[in-house]
Amino acid sequence: MKSAFVWVALVLVLAALAAAPFFMQAYGLGLLIGLMGYVTLASAWALFSGRTGYISLATVAFFGIGAYMVAAFNEVLPYPLVLVVAALAGLALALVVGLSTLRLAGVYFVIFTFGLAELVRQLVTWYEINVTGTLGRYIFMSLGPEHIYWQLLALAAATLFITWRIDRSRLGLALRVIADDEVVAAHLGINLARTKLALFALSSVIITLVGAVQAPRWTYIEPAIAFNPTVSFLTLVMALLGGASRLWGPVLGAVPLFLLFEWLSANFPNHYSILLGLLFIAIVFAVPKGIVALVETRFRTNERAFRPVAMEAEGKP
Amino acid sequence: MSATLLTLSSLSKRFGGLVAVNEVSFQVAAGEIVGLLGPNGSGKTTVLNMISGSLRPTAGSIDLAGARLSGLAAHRIAALGVARTFQLVRILPSLTVGENVLAALAFRSKPLWGREARDRADALLEEVGLAGRGEERAADLTYIDQKRMELARALGAEPRLLLLDEWLAGLNPAELRLGINLIAALREKGMTILLVEHVMEAVRALCGRAVVMNAGVRIAEGATADVLADAEVVRAYLGGADD
Repeated sequence: MKSAFVWVALVLVLAALAAAPFFMQAYGLGLLIGLMGYVTLASAWALFSGRTGYISLATVAFFGIGAYMVAAFNEVLPYPLVLVVAALAGLALALVVGLSTLRLAGVYFVIFTFGLAELVRQLVTWYEINVTGTLGRYIFMSLGPEHIYWQLLALAAATLFITWRIDRSRLGLALRVIADDEVVAAHLGINLARTKLALFALSSVIITLVGAVQAPRWTYIEPAIAFNPTVSFLTLVMALLGGASRLWGPVLGAVPLFLLFEWLSANFPNHYSILLGLLFIAIVFAVPKGIVALVETRFRTNERAFRPVAMEAEGKP
Repeated sequence: MSATLLTLSSLSKRFGGLVAVNEVSFQVAAGEIVGLLGPNGSGKTTVLNMISGSLRPTAGSIDLAGARLSGLAAHRIAALGVARTFQLVRILPSLTVGENVLAALAFRSKPLWGREARDRADALLEEVGLAGRGEERAADLTYIDQKRMELARALGAEPRLLLLDEWLAGLNPAELRLGINLIAALREKGMTILLVEHVMEAVRALCGRAVVMNAGVRIAEGATADVLADAEVVRAYLGGADD
């Protein structure tokens, strides 16, 4: 009964969000598009990084590839096919990156993914200058903002649904075992490389699609815009704020932070980067496990649980 | 004598210049419990690590009922029917006790999932003396209970060969008695076990045969009582004038 109620509530929320463009001005809709984009990015990022503990800073590499595929193919292919091409490009990049890096552990993986995003940006820049001959590209498409918004809403809903399904599946359990102890995981018969690669690919394809769907909003793109590393950092900090290992964590982190960033960039354009950096530090210190875990801990303590709530194992063997 | 299950042939492991295991060969028959003994640093755990796939042998081979294990990744070896516990108990701390066992059921070669898996996990926990404690967090368990849970997890894989690495170490006398009975009960069910152990009481009670290593070399093999009386084995443990 309770789960039926939750499903009805979710469908109603989804319907209300889908109807939002009919009641909104251009500015409000633009804000919703950006918000829905980051909700999807943070959720897709957490689908891999939040569950395996492999912190990726390559978000913008996939996001940018998605945008560039649209810029490159929107005049030669029908739109659905452009999205397919973008998804395939993201998949190919994810497989190459995954096969070469998922053996790296901890901070080496973080650094590699950050370097990868820069590498992709430089490669695209080199290609545009030496082969295409111009640095920028124009994207002229007849898609209205409400269509972009609906696509992003559908992608966000699909991402959350997929995450929900995975968390309840054997794959979800495999990920939690891997995050706890890779040696034990291997000895239980879990194929570490295949599991991590599959999830990294899935997460990366969704991120690529976000870039592809949002691309027409820009009308003009160049590598510095499409591969702006701030996208990777914002995505990461949103997911961490909400709680990267929880289904709703990234959403709860993305909504307030996106609105805050909008407000900061409108009111403090010159100090935006400094404030952003301070905020990152504050979040990591104040809510290292995310809002969802924090609320749960408070809630359980208030209920006078039988045992003190042991925190997530910091000192794993 | 029943059929041979595990065969180690001239197994060696070198770490740089250090030879941890040097041309060790022995066999384990289906249904027997074999003790792998030796002083600290003699290479016992390294042998177990090579069998389970934690380490790759430098030379030699390991076969399980005709299948070559040496060179395979740990998850492939697990799928062929080898499960283990670890010298320093390795729990999955963020999972519940039940989920720790569920993880073994879900990823073995004939996976269990859902209702059936939960029932089986409960039964396994009962078998090792943790009945009804599946909802507790694994990190909150005491040391002995973590060891019990680790055994339930290894049994959940329904292995053809179970490797126990000092599973009885660190227990008090009453717990040791329980632990020995638990392993004896596994023998009654026909489980094949290779165990590394320092607790001689347990070795005498459980192991029909024993293999003794010292400084990476096999120095004795045979019926447990004979092996423990062997002059070279005594010298290896207690030290001798020629050492």
